[in-house]
Amino acid sequence: MVLEKLSKLIAEHKDVDPAGITLETTLESLGLDSLEVVEIIMEFEEETGVAIEVNEKLKTVGDVVKLIGECE
Amino acid sequence: MLKGKTAVITGGSRGIGRAVALGLAREGAQVAILYSGDPAAAEQVCEEARAMGVKAEHYRCDVSDFSAAKETVRQIEGTFGGIDILVNNAGITRDKLVPQMKEEDFDRVLDVNLKGAFNMIRHTYMGFAKKRGGRIINISSVAGIMGNPGQANYAAAKAGMLGLTKTVARELAGRNVTCNAIAPGFIDTAMTEALPPETVRQALESVPMKRMGRPENIAHMAVFLASELAEYVTGQVICVDGGMCMV
Repeated sequence: MVLEKLSKLIAEHKDVDPAGITLETTLESLGLDSLEVVEIIMEFEEETGVAIEVNEKLKTVGDVVKLIGECE
Repeated sequence: MLKGKTAVITGGSRGIGRAVALGLAREGAQVAILYSGDPAAAEQVCEEARAMGVKAEHYRCDVSDFSAAKETVRQIEGTFGGIDILVNNAGITRDKLVPQMKEEDFDRVLDVNLKGAFNMIRHTYMGFAKKRGGRIINISSVAGIMGNPGQANYAAAKAGMLGLTKTVARELAGRNVTCNAIAPGFIDTAMTEALPPETVRQALESVPMKRMGRPENIAHMAVFLASELAEYVTGQVICVDGGMCMV
């Protein structure tokens, strides 16, 4: 569920097929810089009302899903 | 030069902030003026701006208050449809030599001058990032570069603004957002009027041009930095000081 929502948001930023995004996909391979990751996380916050504190090095989509899971 | 842009100026009801607000308005920018004390003065600036054919509103806001700054930015974004230019100008002084400087003198000056700038940047940052464009102009001071007796708090805050400026410039450079600082020297405002004549005389001795600057001198630099002419200028500290501080 979180992955699906996150993939949709990523696809709005980057020209990628959301169906091709997995937990193992690296943020770098998606061409996301750190500020874009923050931007996507903030959009996720706005949509879901979950407050997410970004305080670690995020490398993969799975890392972001895990972070969101910890904040929910 | 700035037609269709929206500028937010903190401390915009008087002194340098007032001149910057009117300078930006003269170039066609809509202006949102933040002030803390005098609503009549803020309204006066808005009236002058409106007479130039631009939309102008004022907002009472203590920029050192994180939540108040957030709410004011939200209101401005709602009224103006976004922010293109942020000028962090709000500043206070509580001058004393270090042994006489109370803890609250230090804290309050840091809170308004430095944290206030951070708060405003913090709440406008993602708007700039998403828009992929914008201008942040921090009004620092030569005191932040050279130091100034009696102004440990003010100089520390103004020096802090330079680190803030350069960091934000680096973070947002890829988004086409520039962040620069202007370091005014000795400018003829209420802030310098409050100084003893002897201090003024001594200060002017250190100015190669041997005279005080006018708030408009700062406004001209702000207009330049806010314009397309300065699109490749970021992370810089520009002294407008009659040659007082040559690095």
